[in-house]
Amino acid sequence: MSKVTYREAMRQAIREALTRDDRAFLMGEDVGRYGGCYAVSLGLLEEFGPERIRDTPLSESAFVGAGIGAALGGMRPIVEIMTVNFSLLALDQIVNNAATLSYMSGGQFNVPLVIRMTTGAGRQLAAQHSHSLEGWYAHVPGLRALAPATLEDARGMLWPAIQDPDPVIIFEHGTLYNVEGELSDDAGPVDINTAAIRRPGDDVTIITYGGTLRTGLGAAEQLAGSGVSAEVIDLRCLRPLDTATIVSSVARTHRAVIVDEGWRTGSLSAEVSARIMEEVFYDLDAPVARVCSAEVPMPYAKHLEDAAIPQVADVLAAVQMLGG
Amino acid sequence: MPSLGADMEAGTIAQWLIKPGDEVHRGGIVAVVETEKSTIEVEIFESGIVDELLVHEGESVPVGAVLAHVTSRTAEAATATASLSPPTGPFPPPPPPVAHENPVAVPTRVAPPIPAARSTVPAPVVSPVVRRLAERSGVDLATLSGSGLGGTVTRSDVERAAQPTGDEGARPEWAPGRVGPRSSPFARKLATELGVDLSTLQGSGPHGSVIERDVRLAAEVTPAETPPATVASEDRPAAMRRAIGALMARSKREIPHYYLSTTIDLTAPTAWLEQANLERPITGRLIMSVLLLKATALAVKAVPEMNGFMVDGAFAPSEAVHVGVAVSLRTGGVIAPAVHNVEHLALDDLMAGLKDLVGRARTGVLRSSEMSDPTITVTNLGDLGVEAVFGVIYPPQVALVGFGRVMERAWAQDGMLGVHPCVTATLSADHRVSDGHRGGRFLAEIDRLLQEPEKL
Amino acid sequence: MTGATAAGGGGAEPAGGPTGEKDHGIHLLQQMLRIRRFEERCAELYSHSLIRGFLHLDIGEEACAVGVIDTLSPDDAVVATYREHGHALARGISMRAAMAELEGKVEGCSRGRGGSMHLFDAATRFYGGNAIVGGGLPIAVGLALADHLQGRRAVTACFFGDGAVAEGEFHESMNLAALWHLPVLFCCENNLYAMGTALDRSESETDLSLKAAGYRVPSWEVDGMDVLAVEDSARSAVETVRAGGGPHFLELRTYRFRAHSMYDPDRYRDKAEIEQWKQRDPIPLLTERLTATGVLAEGDLERIEGEVGAEVDDAVAFAEAGTYEATEDLERFVTSEPVRAGEGS
Repeated sequence: MSKVTYREAMRQAIREALTRDDRAFLMGEDVGRYGGCYAVSLGLLEEFGPERIRDTPLSESAFVGAGIGAALGGMRPIVEIMTVNFSLLALDQIVNNAATLSYMSGGQFNVPLVIRMTTGAGRQLAAQHSHSLEGWYAHVPGLRALAPATLEDARGMLWPAIQDPDPVIIFEHGTLYNVEGELSDDAGPVDINTAAIRRPGDDVTIITYGGTLRTGLGAAEQLAGSGVSAEVIDLRCLRPLDTATIVSSVARTHRAVIVDEGWRTGSLSAEVSARIMEEVFYDLDAPVARVCSAEVPMPYAKHLEDAAIPQVADVLAAVQMLGG
Repeated sequence: MPSLGADMEAGTIAQWLIKPGDEVHRGGIVAVVETEKSTIEVEIFESGIVDELLVHEGESVPVGAVLAHVTSRTAEAATATASLSPPTGPFPPPPPPVAHENPVAVPTRVAPPIPAARSTVPAPVVSPVVRRLAERSGVDLATLSGSGLGGTVTRSDVERAAQPTGDEGARPEWAPGRVGPRSSPFARKLATELGVDLSTLQGSGPHGSVIERDVRLAAEVTPAETPPATVASEDRPAAMRRAIGALMARSKREIPHYYLSTTIDLTAPTAWLEQANLERPITGRLIMSVLLLKATALAVKAVPEMNGFMVDGAFAPSEAVHVGVAVSLRTGGVIAPAVHNVEHLALDDLMAGLKDLVGRARTGVLRSSEMSDPTITVTNLGDLGVEAVFGVIYPPQVALVGFGRVMERAWAQDGMLGVHPCVTATLSADHRVSDGHRGGRFLAEIDRLLQEPEKL
Repeated sequence: MTGATAAGGGGAEPAGGPTGEKDHGIHLLQQMLRIRRFEERCAELYSHSLIRGFLHLDIGEEACAVGVIDTLSPDDAVVATYREHGHALARGISMRAAMAELEGKVEGCSRGRGGSMHLFDAATRFYGGNAIVGGGLPIAVGLALADHLQGRRAVTACFFGDGAVAEGEFHESMNLAALWHLPVLFCCENNLYAMGTALDRSESETDLSLKAAGYRVPSWEVDGMDVLAVEDSARSAVETVRAGGGPHFLELRTYRFRAHSMYDPDRYRDKAEIEQWKQRDPIPLLTERLTATGVLAEGDLERIEGEVGAEVDDAVAFAEAGTYEATEDLERFVTSEPVRAGEGS
């Protein structure tokens, strides 16, 4: 076991990918000389050289599109976009090309591309660097959307993502990079299909992912103090959703609270809620509850930002409302 | 008429650029067509001599209609190669079917297989909204077999059940006010499994709904007190007698009854009834009991201590007035199911409700809420000739009103003696909640209301 | 301005250089006729509702696709736009597979999932049929990047129209390709109209080669109605690109004779302008030249037309006899299946 940060775990994953697969390379804004805007790729330029750690101009559409083209041409590109907000400049390439080429070509072509991007609030970066738009990507057939929330997932999701024949988007919550913990030295690939039960429980299921996993676990801990046993599910894979894990848990606990840093309206939380209704309606002991971000562009001031994003107290209040 | 876009259904010939006798070449422009979207030039895909134009300028025809005949330059008339189907006359009024429609039917989308309902869901499966509808329209869900997915009872199942004899199809009214407690789907399922009557429970969940915890608690307190419908029919009268005995004993043991009695002059309501029934068909006629019930329900507004429940030693008044009507059964015994929200019911609706309730009580088709939630009971033994009845309160209710026979009496009014129809009204009430003064006020209020029957 | 500029107009003579061989001239003529007759039949089938959706015809612009693609080798890649029937046929997608696609049949080159705007073919490295204006340029850069990283000496030819020049993706892609010195041949088919918007109504600088120059990309202005001129320029450009000369830019000055798509009143162009351009129809232009130089003998044209007509008839018959994908397979190919027909290496 070694003490590592989420950032280091992610770097190890990139190093593994580039070492094990000659076709893999990393490109994005300031991934090389600068070391990555979140220092994820720090030192990799020296290790792998400028051909495989490629700095790009500020041209999200072109370098994401180039990633698609390179994937079509037999490479295994890892494209880094600084934040999910910037990815909107490449939305055309992601949605109109990466997600469609296999289908439009009748299965002749596939796009083995990995796109990594930072997401989420909590760092006082205001309304153009803080949103959680992963639900938008999870809407699109042809894409796989992953949200590593733990060190193991940060370390282990990239390799299977690179081996996936189709485009995979990895959402790294910005508040996680400095999280430090123990990681096994032989930590390796993890599955990228299923949700994980991060804490078992009987009375209520808290369903969350990414940056709010800690919020969910914090709430579960406090609930245990008052005798309520909460199960916490980490979705991990936002598309395709692991419905089976969600509904089998809710069928046992009869109550569900979804914690999602995205906005409530038309959100991933809405999708999860709908699936619960569809599959285990008659096992519900209360309406599904949601804890989401306030419907505002993310504010700058700390107290406002805190008020805008899901907090442990919000989750506790939601559980209480369910009579849990 | 060529199809110039997927959304084009018809076109109008704005201008012909050719006339009979003209030579045309494949790819040439022969006409200008107006569509909903724009004006477009039409090209011809044949070469030859124009025989005739089949559509006038200004005329609109659907896509696929023949516009003109062209004879191939090299061919004789027999091989005339009009690009579209041959016409039946010079200007066929009904456009011919589209000749060049795609001959292969596009396969229609196959609906995805409907997943079978999970076999573990106990029948009948009922959604919250259907449950509420059933409660409000007096349908016993247990008597229905669901027509929905996997045997789910649907709204229309309930609506059908609520209209037994093919009435004019009006949907059951959604009466105002809450009737039974809300309950979660899982509480519902669990209650069925554990044999708990949901309607007797106080909800502790969101919005006062009955949730799992409430059901489990109830199951512990009353471990399957009455296993549903397993008693053999010949034992029923005896069982009922035992149940009545136990309940009345409990009432007498727990409730400090006091009794009041008064005689009410029914001249005004009798006259009003005669008049009112003139306008009604025989089947729709009102009876005095309806006025007595309605007056009782309205009197509660003035003296709310008569309407509600004793819960854990404290009186919980009820907003709604669900009047329990004592019905004697042919097999012996008496039950007092409720007519709900009597205070809001028009007399005709109350009459219908009463008829329905008595009928169903005697055939045994009552729903659990009717049995459990009367907030006050009225017993009327008048048709047996009894002059007055002093009843025993149904716990946890706190009052019972009795009416005897309507009989003519010598009645002094304004110093004059006359013969008036009268009834003796009695009150049995719970001394823990009210006293004789309030009880007297209550009976007086019933009397006052009956003197203005048109306002009932 | 950097780079070579080939003079527009019919400078190149079929008798000289690699394009001068008899069979080759006839080959080019036949390719253009195949596209022309195929598309004329498409228009007819569209008016009969057998082809649906948007249908953008290349008629008038055949020399661009034929002239450029003829200079490519099988290992090269092609990225095209939604007006790509000509490019697909020139690249070697069979007329049968293309027509079946237009009719939505499973025998089509995209199994009926793409239609007119999305023809694909792994075997010939034909990467579509992209219906987002400018959307194909970044992909072309990436294909070239993959070739570069894997040490392959392939060229990616990327076609787009003058409308794409207004898109950010054009500028981002030109810059990236130039910055990374990637083997892309950018082929701008300048037909003067982005749908209904004339070039001078959408661009502050209408000399497109200047835009390429801004990224230090060598550019060539070419008479896009003269297939020999196109081929000549393309051949030099492709050779330079293949030899490691970085991206090149061809501005092919051309004109579409027909409307933007089938349902287009064509209000934005002067009829006289269209007629004027029709005088420079690439097919008669080449026919006359081949006749004048004696390459095309008496009866050759009729023979070629006969062959082309038969091929079109066969393609239509093939498409009509085709089948529809079973709707149970609706969701196939959203993601990859274990065994694939074609995957880039």
